[in-house]
Amino acid sequence: MADGPLMPRRRDMHPVPFDPDYKTSISRSPRWPLLSMESTPSEETGPRFGASLLGPLDNNLIMNYSADGSPAIGERILMHGRVLDEMGRPVPETLIEIWQANAGGRYRHVKDGYLAPLDPNFGGCGRTITDAEGRYQFLTIRPGAYPWPNRANDWRPMHIHISVFGHAFGQRLITQMYFEGDPLIARCPIAATIKDRGQLERLVAPLDMSHARPLDFLAYKFDIVLRGRRQTMFENKPEGM
Amino acid sequence: MVQPLDTLIETPSQTAGPYVHIGCIPSFAGVEGVYPQDLGTSPIAEGAQGQIITITGSIYDGTGWALRDAMIEAWQADAAGRFPGQDGADPAVSGFCRFAADKDSGLFTLRTVKPGATPARGGAVQAPHISLWIVARGINIGLQTRIYFGDEDNSNDPLLSRIEQRPRAETLIAKPDGEGQYRFDIRLQGDGETVFLDL
Ligand SMILES: [Fe+3]
Repeated sequence: MADGPLMPRRRDMHPVPFDPDYKTSISRSPRWPLLSMESTPSEETGPRFGASLLGPLDNNLIMNYSADGSPAIGERILMHGRVLDEMGRPVPETLIEIWQANAGGRYRHVKDGYLAPLDPNFGGCGRTITDAEGRYQFLTIRPGAYPWPNRANDWRPMHIHISVFGHAFGQRLITQMYFEGDPLIARCPIAATIKDRGQLERLVAPLDMSHARPLDFLAYKFDIVLRGRRQTMFENKPEGM
Repeated sequence: MVQPLDTLIETPSQTAGPYVHIGCIPSFAGVEGVYPQDLGTSPIAEGAQGQIITITGSIYDGTGWALRDAMIEAWQADAAGRFPGQDGADPAVSGFCRFAADKDSGLFTLRTVKPGATPARGGAVQAPHISLWIVARGINIGLQTRIYFGDEDNSNDPLLSRIEQRPRAETLIAKPDGEGQYRFDIRLQGDGETVFLDL
């Protein structure tokens, strides 16, 4: 290993596993403490995916499910940002996958039966690989808010689900991007599983007119930080020192 | 006042939700045609060296009900204990697999090669194991755990040795169940709760 161990996860900066306001978490959260120890090669290595994986429309959700060349319905947006590690270094060549509801708030999934219609030209998934500076971008439509069975009248704010690999299996992360100005964020029990307000705000993408294209799409910026790795000159000390 | 630290904080996790398959295993969700095939359908290709094994199990919630909407990822070394990308690693072992609990039965199946023991820092040797990462609706941050094997010598494994309550170590050990077959159930909560990891 050229690098040292992964920096321990700061669990207080993540959502709490057990949160009674998010009812499904009640029966799906472990009760016993996690077994904490320094990472091993099993966590410090991980799958790598090359650009040969990607098709030309993989990061274009407006067109990648189109049956007849028609674009998906909705407010056209560019979602872009960088993937960094906790040391502030870019994470290049890492796979990012996203999935989302359509503009009406309906998912193309066998288990989603919401009243809103499916868009025949919208599948709802996309993927890309970061460039040498850790940058990525997706062209998509802004997803609609949708109701879900939890408390009597809970609605998910507009959000895009994001999965990132990093370069180590121990960096694996799934999160959600919210949109600046959405009043449903403050009412959402899933967003509220993050107890540190500053951390929740990091999931809210600002409108970024510097990347919007006139007469075409708006842009939202979403940077992602993965766990870093310790690197010190004392890492390879002999046993017992 | 002190100088600010120059480190960032990891982006907080959020639940993968009930529709994680759309993004990660689109064919499971009924989304066809965006990608030629799902990612990580098998950790091995034709010609992988070592013993082919099949691990079957379920993920149970605190009420004893098997999850039907979970997604699991596995990561492992090859039969000689080398991780993909390391010198001499078996080119037929990608080591990575994604699979879902069946939407009717909740059963999952992982077919792979049995990994070899792997070296760790300080001269330690880790017993053969497969790392798992589990996400689902109601899981706010992905759960890490490991599959060890009941027919291997696990006595000197550094991670298993750290489990203070010895009966709990059993939750990480797949039970042999016929030639090349193992059973490995995961309990998120309650009696026999699986040991989940923070490393
Ligand atoms: Fe969602």
